Amino acid sequence: MTLEFRAARVTLGDFTLRADLTVPAGARVAVIGPSGSGKSTLLALVAGFLRPDAGAVLWQGRDLAPLPPGERPVSILFQDQNLFPHLTVAQNVALGLRPDLRLTPAQHAAVAAALQSVGLAGMGGRRPAALSGGQQGRVALARVGLRARPILLLDEAFAALGPALKDEMLDLVAGIARDGNATVLMVTHDPDDARRFADLTIVVDEGVAAPPQPTGPLLDNPPPGLRAYLG
Amino acid sequence: MATGVRRLIPRRWSGPVAGEIPGGGAGAVVAGFLAVLILGTLAAVAWTARGLSGLGPWDLRAIWFTLWQAALSASLSAALAVPVARALARRSFAGRGALILLLGAPFILPVIVAIMGLVEIFGRQGLVNAALQAVGLPRFSIYGWQGVVLAHVFFNIPLAVRLILQGWQGIPGERIRLAESLGFSPRDIGRHLERPMLREVLPGVWLVIFMVCLTSFAVALTLGGGPRATTVELAIYQAFRFDFDLGRAATLGLVQVAISLGAILLAARVTLPPGFGAGMGGGAALRGPAGWRVGADVAAIALAAAFLIGPMAAVILPGLPALGALPADVWTAAARSLLMALGSAALTLVLSVALALALDRGRNRWIEIAGMLPLVASPLVLGTGIYLLVREWVRPETLALPVTVLINAIMALPFALRALIPAARTVQADYGRLAASLGLRRWARLRVLTLPRLARPLGFAGGLAAALAMGDLGVITLFADSDRTTLPMQLYLLMGRYRMQDAAGAAVLLMAISLALFWIFDRLGRRLGGSDDDA
Amino acid sequence: MAYRSPVALAVVLACSLSAQCGQATEGPEFTVYAPDYFASEWGPGPGIEAGFENTCGCDLQFMTGDVLPRILMEGERTRADVVIGLNTDQTARARETGLFAPHGQDVATLTLPIEWTDEIFLPFNWSETAFVYDETRLPDPPDSFQALLDAPDDLKIVIQDPRASVSGLALLLWVTAVFGEDAEQAWEKLAPKVLTVTKDWSESYGLFTRGEADMVLSYTTSPAYHIVAEDDRTKHAAIFPEGHYFMVELVARLKGSDQPDLAQQFMNYVLSPDFQGMIAEGNWSYPARLPADQLPQAFRDLPRPQKTFFYPEEQAEALRQPALDAWLRAFAG
Repeated sequence: MTLEFRAARVTLGDFTLRADLTVPAGARVAVIGPSGSGKSTLLALVAGFLRPDAGAVLWQGRDLAPLPPGERPVSILFQDQNLFPHLTVAQNVALGLRPDLRLTPAQHAAVAAALQSVGLAGMGGRRPAALSGGQQGRVALARVGLRARPILLLDEAFAALGPALKDEMLDLVAGIARDGNATVLMVTHDPDDARRFADLTIVVDEGVAAPPQPTGPLLDNPPPGLRAYLG
Repeated sequence: MATGVRRLIPRRWSGPVAGEIPGGGAGAVVAGFLAVLILGTLAAVAWTARGLSGLGPWDLRAIWFTLWQAALSASLSAALAVPVARALARRSFAGRGALILLLGAPFILPVIVAIMGLVEIFGRQGLVNAALQAVGLPRFSIYGWQGVVLAHVFFNIPLAVRLILQGWQGIPGERIRLAESLGFSPRDIGRHLERPMLREVLPGVWLVIFMVCLTSFAVALTLGGGPRATTVELAIYQAFRFDFDLGRAATLGLVQVAISLGAILLAARVTLPPGFGAGMGGGAALRGPAGWRVGADVAAIALAAAFLIGPMAAVILPGLPALGALPADVWTAAARSLLMALGSAALTLVLSVALALALDRGRNRWIEIAGMLPLVASPLVLGTGIYLLVREWVRPETLALPVTVLINAIMALPFALRALIPAARTVQADYGRLAASLGLRRWARLRVLTLPRLARPLGFAGGLAAALAMGDLGVITLFADSDRTTLPMQLYLLMGRYRMQDAAGAAVLLMAISLALFWIFDRLGRRLGGSDDDA
Repeated sequence: MAYRSPVALAVVLACSLSAQCGQATEGPEFTVYAPDYFASEWGPGPGIEAGFENTCGCDLQFMTGDVLPRILMEGERTRADVVIGLNTDQTARARETGLFAPHGQDVATLTLPIEWTDEIFLPFNWSETAFVYDETRLPDPPDSFQALLDAPDDLKIVIQDPRASVSGLALLLWVTAVFGEDAEQAWEKLAPKVLTVTKDWSESYGLFTRGEADMVLSYTTSPAYHIVAEDDRTKHAAIFPEGHYFMVELVARLKGSDQPDLAQQFMNYVLSPDFQGMIAEGNWSYPARLPADQLPQAFRDLPRPQKTFFYPEEQAEALRQPALDAWLRAFAG
């Protein structure tokens, strides 16, 4: 039950990212590194938006390459545009169960329960625009919970929220990950997030993603590239 | 470089999920169909003629005139539209939405109606000359190349304003707020926000108008003043109708295609890829600067309104009294035209959605060119070619209506695509990853994501298609059948029978239905697509 | 228009798309190609259809559009039994196809201002080219073609393009007939007076009725419409002593028709008093065989030119290109 980058390499223009590492199942991993170092690229390889030019990304020993993004064992949250503005809150959550939105009564009930679990009971009929930033994040998390995929990718998902809200979201994520025994990869700029949330940290620098190391010791005694970044 | 890569990933991840979108295959099919139809009909005409024939000196003059009048018309339309679009973008006032709708109307006006209106205003007996004379200035003659250009500008400023206005509204709100917070003067805004946007938008606008003017026919015929203002399309008509020289018609048709393709390639070289990226959609509008610029904006809007609405009013006022007394056949023809227009609109929507979806991955430049092909086709060659191709199997008159519906749908396609492609690309850029990660595919993606997000441009495209189809004279007199006349045909028939008063009434009816169709579709699109306040 | 039920509405809509509703004429189908103006509600077509169907026991169908180009494209396979509405400038090419059969009518009895001997193409109505004016706007019209050329250039006329319209071509031949060698100089004097050149007659006439032009290239019979339909006696055709050019519309039957008897019957019908009686006020021109005293009063009152020009087919074909070149040089040179 591991997520493995086996000598994976991807080139975009004149930028190349290499990753040869293994993430243990159920781990909560921070991905940290300077801007433009390739953190999002690393997540895109797992999500399926990019495919490695060489090597492979494997889940439980199976190459993910043949799977389109929607069929991968992955949920992902972006910094913004996690919700479709023209759909209601409930519909946005329901997409996690059935992309065509043809729900059975039981599935409707599951959607309602998921909304309740993130503290948004009864708000299913609203549009995202009528919600606060924090509430929008919870809607997206309700969907993640409902999809229950074993890998959860957070691509600076809560970077726009204030510290208190962000902590609240991370707690929610932690709960969801625990319930589903999910492996979490979280791109962040904030070492405190990493300390709070992640047992392990992957440093991405100069086109190379290093194998995960325990977060505390790594941040206490960072390698030179990371040190420069952390300042 | 680093930020460039970051940009690259979220915006353009195109490869791995090809086939996700139902338009992928369908778009290629539609593009192929267009290419076969438009080039195939040309080939059929040339084949029947046993080859192409050479062109005479008059044909070469027609080609030259066509080129420069189209270039001049396109340049003027685009240039004049800029201050109008800017004024509309940065001022808000009561009735702005209605004015924008009304300013769009000339583009969908049936040519013959528009010419009637222009003559009323700019003709020898028109208001403008009366005013010039009153203040002792020399009179303006609408007959000649200047009339052709005037009419083309009248037709196409609405399109240009609409497209450029979209450009202004596409400037991301963040950018505008940033400019405001940095205390940009209007001049700075022009330099840093508006000019880059115009640089991006104008080549496309110019190209579309250039191509519309390339195949113009009736305008040059009536206002051209004589053979000096002969266009290629007119020469094709003469080759068909008068000399029955299919070979020459095919050669001229080919010349027209070649000019258009040349223009497309040229425009492709000067067109920049969109540089702004998608904003967060938080609609911040430019705040209109104070001072003399208020007066300039008011003047731009007022002049445009007078220029565009005047000729329409000049058709409506004299025609209105005749409306009640129109013969029953006119109403039947109107009902028939209405149904055909709806059919064309539906077909345009299906075809353009398929093409736009295939295009939203940004790869298939040739699909985009196929989408422009209808603009390069001579309707006469197209109609004759279809006739030649089908006559072996079916009685042409049984195809009169379906073929007219099909051709009208195709003719509206390039304009529909202009509205749809940017929107489809935005959807892909903003929601493509999310949709892919959620496994939204094929019909589910179309239904849940694409159609709702494209509702506004679809409404606009449908309205445009319906209105253009309504006003079309029927590209194919060869298929016609006296029992199935359309409203524009009735209008011509009435004129041809000296019944000018009835014709004026029919013109009002035609204009009213065209505008109403456009308005209803556009409204519907806005309602379904969520409402911002305007275009 | 309140339709009681959706079904009724659907029927009405379906009918508007289909030609078949409400006209259930029995008998074999008889196909006539005709210009759209001829077969329209505002033309003589519907009356002629009813009149012929009364006696033929057939179902006459007008197919409208550009008659000759269509025949040329269809060749032997054409479904037309008869074509109506050909012009004299088209007969040479039509004859060349060998698709047409003799009309079999006695042309000696025609009431034309010229002699007609063609055995294939049968005239059914005629008129002459003329410049039409409104006396309230032009109280003092030119009284000859020469006077028109000599008139000041602010006298504005609208004409039709000889490359696109029959009347425009007739003007070419008219000027050639009147001015012969001097035609090109005549064009040069006329050109500054020409406000614009339109594709067809209706656009020219529209500009004229809107007051844009003082005179319009039209027909000697045009004023009859205004008198009969509008009771307006201010529109006149300027009659020039130099003469006017003959314009005639023709009918012919197809050799390959699968209804030869009906086709022959139709040719007979064309010259019958029934058909001929519908022409004057249906097509606003003179019937090809109707004694003058049987014409409507308005037509009897129209002034007649003293002289009518007409070039036979070969001559007209030979003159066409040089005349067109002269015209083009004068207008675009």
